[in-house]
Amino acid sequence: MQPFDYLKVGSQAAALEAARRGGRFIAGGTCLVDLMREEVERPATLIDISALQMREIVATGRGGLRIGALVTMAAAAADPHIRTSYPLISEALELSASAQLRNMATIGGNVLQRTRCTYFRDLSAACNKRAPGSGCAAREGYNRSHAILGTSAECVATHPSDLAVALAALDAVIHLVSGSGSRRVAITDFLIRPGSAPEREHALRDAELITAVEVPALPRPVRSGYLKVRDRQSYEFALASAAVALATRDGVIRAARVAAGGVGTVPWRLHAVEQRLVGGWPSAQLWRFAAECAADGAEPLRHNAFKVDLLRRTVERQLRIVGQP
Amino acid sequence: MPNSSAEGRAVSLTVNGVLRVVEIDERTSLLDLLRERLHLTGTKKGCDAGACGACTVLVDGARVNACLNLAIRLQDAEVTTVEGLTTGDGDLHPLQRAFIDRDAFQCGYCTPGQIMSGIGCIREGRAGSRAEIREWMSGNICRCGCYPRIVDAVRHVAAGEGA
Amino acid sequence: MSTQPEVAVGRPHERVDGRLKVTGRATYAADHAIDDVVFAVLVDSSIGRGRISSIDTAAAEEEPGVLGVLGHHNAPTLPYEDNADGSYNPPGRRLRVFQDDQVHFFGQPVAVVLAESLEAAQHAAHLVEVTYHVERPSTDLSTAIGAEPVTYVRGDAEAALDPAPVRLDLTYGLARNHHNPMEPHATIARWDRGRLTVWDKTQWVGDGTQRELATVFGLSTDDVHIVSPCIGGAFGSALRCWPHVAVAALAARETGRAVKLVMARRQLYFGVGYRPAYEYRLRLGAHRDGRLIGALHDIRAETSSYETFTEEVMVPGQMLYRTPAVHQVYRTVPLDVNTPTYMRGPGYVSAVHVLETALDELAHEIGIDPIELRARNEPVADPATGLPFSTRRLQECFTIGARVFGWADRDPEPGSTRDGDQLVGTGVAAAVYNTARTGARAAVRVRADGTAVIQTATTDMGPGTATALTQVAADELGLDMHDVTVHLGDSDLPQAPPHGASTTMASVGSAVHDGAHRVRRSAAELAVGDPCSPLHGADPTDVVATGGRLHLARDPRRNDSYQALLTRNGRAWLEATGLYTPPAEETRSMHAYGAIFVEVGVDHRLGLIRIRRMLGVYDAGRIINPRLAESQAIGGMVGGIGTALLEHTVTDHRDGRIVNPNLADYLVPVNADVPNLTAIFLDGRDDHADPIGVKGIGEVVQIGIAPAIANAVFHATGRRVRTLPITIEAMI
Repeated sequence: MQPFDYLKVGSQAAALEAARRGGRFIAGGTCLVDLMREEVERPATLIDISALQMREIVATGRGGLRIGALVTMAAAAADPHIRTSYPLISEALELSASAQLRNMATIGGNVLQRTRCTYFRDLSAACNKRAPGSGCAAREGYNRSHAILGTSAECVATHPSDLAVALAALDAVIHLVSGSGSRRVAITDFLIRPGSAPEREHALRDAELITAVEVPALPRPVRSGYLKVRDRQSYEFALASAAVALATRDGVIRAARVAAGGVGTVPWRLHAVEQRLVGGWPSAQLWRFAAECAADGAEPLRHNAFKVDLLRRTVERQLRIVGQP
Repeated sequence: MPNSSAEGRAVSLTVNGVLRVVEIDERTSLLDLLRERLHLTGTKKGCDAGACGACTVLVDGARVNACLNLAIRLQDAEVTTVEGLTTGDGDLHPLQRAFIDRDAFQCGYCTPGQIMSGIGCIREGRAGSRAEIREWMSGNICRCGCYPRIVDAVRHVAAGEGA
Repeated sequence: MSTQPEVAVGRPHERVDGRLKVTGRATYAADHAIDDVVFAVLVDSSIGRGRISSIDTAAAEEEPGVLGVLGHHNAPTLPYEDNADGSYNPPGRRLRVFQDDQVHFFGQPVAVVLAESLEAAQHAAHLVEVTYHVERPSTDLSTAIGAEPVTYVRGDAEAALDPAPVRLDLTYGLARNHHNPMEPHATIARWDRGRLTVWDKTQWVGDGTQRELATVFGLSTDDVHIVSPCIGGAFGSALRCWPHVAVAALAARETGRAVKLVMARRQLYFGVGYRPAYEYRLRLGAHRDGRLIGALHDIRAETSSYETFTEEVMVPGQMLYRTPAVHQVYRTVPLDVNTPTYMRGPGYVSAVHVLETALDELAHEIGIDPIELRARNEPVADPATGLPFSTRRLQECFTIGARVFGWADRDPEPGSTRDGDQLVGTGVAAAVYNTARTGARAAVRVRADGTAVIQTATTDMGPGTATALTQVAADELGLDMHDVTVHLGDSDLPQAPPHGASTTMASVGSAVHDGAHRVRRSAAELAVGDPCSPLHGADPTDVVATGGRLHLARDPRRNDSYQALLTRNGRAWLEATGLYTPPAEETRSMHAYGAIFVEVGVDHRLGLIRIRRMLGVYDAGRIINPRLAESQAIGGMVGGIGTALLEHTVTDHRDGRIVNPNLADYLVPVNADVPNLTAIFLDGRDDHADPIGVKGIGEVVQIGIAPAIANAVFHATGRRVRTLPITIEAMI
């Protein structure tokens, strides 16, 4: 680990002021400390924001929910409101990492979690995300866990977060603050596909801080859930996952929210699947028909071609789990 | 000695009920602080990356991976390690006793982490069934493969405490 | 001599070191409190083959706290005397740390950073700039050329197969597996006036580590002291003394301080050995009724470019079933990789996977029950050696297992059972492992306070060696277990064989038994000659001991305690060295056996294979401690689940890099993967094997698990997968 200056701040103003002088925020630290030890991350200054007041989960006036950026994954998953109204969030969280890591890691940090691509984590390998211009060792290398959607010539790394997939399905909004004020960005705009600049993973500006994640209200009544497919039954990143929320009235699907994880360079919202669902009657045929287009546009690599079918089947299965009457 | 040691910075924290004030390198993890500075080697390093759970300790009552905690961030924190479970007269914690009774370990290396994690699991109210324990103890790898017995031990203590 | 009553042996006693292990006071290699240590961190090569052209240490040495960097550019020449005999160094020229500029594999240690703090050493290791002349490595087993083979021929298999009514031609691929013990390999080394002390993770304090270091540094073995009281798992990875141990010792000599070197998890994927990958083609010929006619085995396995590693992969194909004609060709394939090594059930795990999957394929092909097929090929004597079996109860294992598991209810048709989204299937496989024994010694001393101390240089990586030896000693001495203490894991103690290959109880247990027997006999002789003893004048061979008292076997009222006897006679202790020497020539074929039953559920749409239940029935001779035996068996099953479904060390053949060198990407089973598992050990003992009647457990319990799973997957789905691990992509 490279030496760094450590600064613990007591207020948002102090945090932003410190960040303007250069430095990285640290919250749970589960991802950052790991990557610092590998020297993939080498911040000169760590700004510890754990004392900031961003640990509340509150109902918004509009029927949604605002989750403070420093709420731990464990606390969010255990929150009664989230468990009742947004089970896909609590399920995505509890299927992530381990209980220990969820006790440390925060909601804000989870969204910013960095890829597990082995070449990204290995300083001696070519990686455009870590070392822009050095190439992508994964594209022609071992890429079983890599993305089939949203890739570019420069990068095929998968976004690792389960939570972000649930949030993408829910049209969640990231609350940001900087010296020049606060703003809100939809999570699907906040996380950025690699394109020609894979080092840029999100829309955070310099010295800008995530304060909260807001989840809008869902049409009611709604059922939702998260399915994660992986080799072992716990403590592993997704090979494919599906976040599904379906609002059904009078036996007809009125609204659908579907997103996939483990397959994209960013959480992958599946609007085409949703369109096939809305107005339909829940049935095995509908789930299959809707899920058929889940992998449209996929560009599989040498070792991850199985993800194309796996994605379709994962979506189909989760539609059935959530949607069967 | 060609170079002096890195500039130190003090942190004070409570470890197993004892206030410790230590000058540390800002890079020092809680795990390395415990093992290399405080000589509490009961907490084990298995991967140093949050991928095995061998270093599980309680920080302010919650189970966490000591390897991913920077010690410098733990000012005023309360840390409990496996060494802090036994009382002064050597009485074992019920889960320690249960691990022996159920033979929930072989080599013993992951055991301190399993026990600390098991205590967290019970406290979190996640030890209600074998299936639940299996999932909520999955952050602790046991390469000797003692999982069914670890579940037995956690289940036994959780049931005894009415959890 | 009257036989000692069995009091401790056979009982499920808790571990004698349980309290140490649950309180965190057990001292593993990196836990020893050695003052004033220097921290060492290895720098490993970032190329797969070539030469080091330069090592720039300037930036590293400027890092505060750094004491220096050692590499081939500044390391002294080391003797590296020959150490082939009796070690686990395979034929070849072992890696000589920092002695030349050659890079043989990706991750080879090329330098070591020494610093006052771990943090400084770790960071400075990143600052060492190494440049290379890069050559393209060859790491792909499937394309590389093999060396001259080892062959085995019995009958004319080629000719036998030709007219065989049923013929199968099957090729299997088995992935490289890493031991991944939870404790990383670690070494603390210190020199005191020319004598080297090493606190190390090692399964073999004697010839494995002590003699290797003596030959590396040109020392007498008397000047090398190895300490290894606790091992955090090893499964074979600590049988050899790997290069990092020599690095630590070298660094300690150069700095004049104690040096502590703990391998990073990542470094365990190239710094120590692994179970090699295999390509295994098996051609079988059989009669329509399932009786085997002949088998042709073409075996290819990884080894390094500098050492030829072989293991017992040929044995099961020669002896597990009655096969009149067998032809085996075993070819190692030298690659630009580090040298493989023994891993739990070495050779047998791989060969038995192939044989037992192939037999399942044959059973399906000819439409008979797989257990019946095995019964029809049961040999009456060892088909390879012609020797009678000491004990071989494999068919009994199958019979009992079938009853307990409910095999009779099985519909043999693949894909015939469904449970929700899961297709359910069951499978069986046999397990076999050679009962090997090696010479061992143990010092046994009974003290005047009525307690005993056992000393032997074996180690305990987790099976419970200390506990089981305590039981053996307690019974033979006639003491309560809590009055017996076992000391092990120190090269100053009486010599013991490597703690591996399931030999420890047979060898060291027998030596302890012998030593305890001698001590009890000398106590009996002392008593019968002592006019003050109630046993005076008795025939010493009539004297037994229980609960610390010597007494006549037929009349417990005539008794004398060790304590009183020794005190009265002014003896501080009675002591003997126990010996075990295996026979020069075997007169029996000796193996442990098992029958494995597995039920899997396969979510075939999502490709997910889940173990629903598993039963192992074992013929392993006498069971010293059923609780420990069951734990070992369950552990072996979990290991087998890993091999079958998860474990796969992956190499990027472009540069020889291991791409999953961590526990998040090299997947081993977690708690959620493991349902309740059941192990049954048949009552009995094998008196041909060794004086205490054991056949060894540690290996046989990991053998046969993967094929039973693979066979269950076939039964569930109708899909036969011939590569391990069986992952989602093979199922959807």
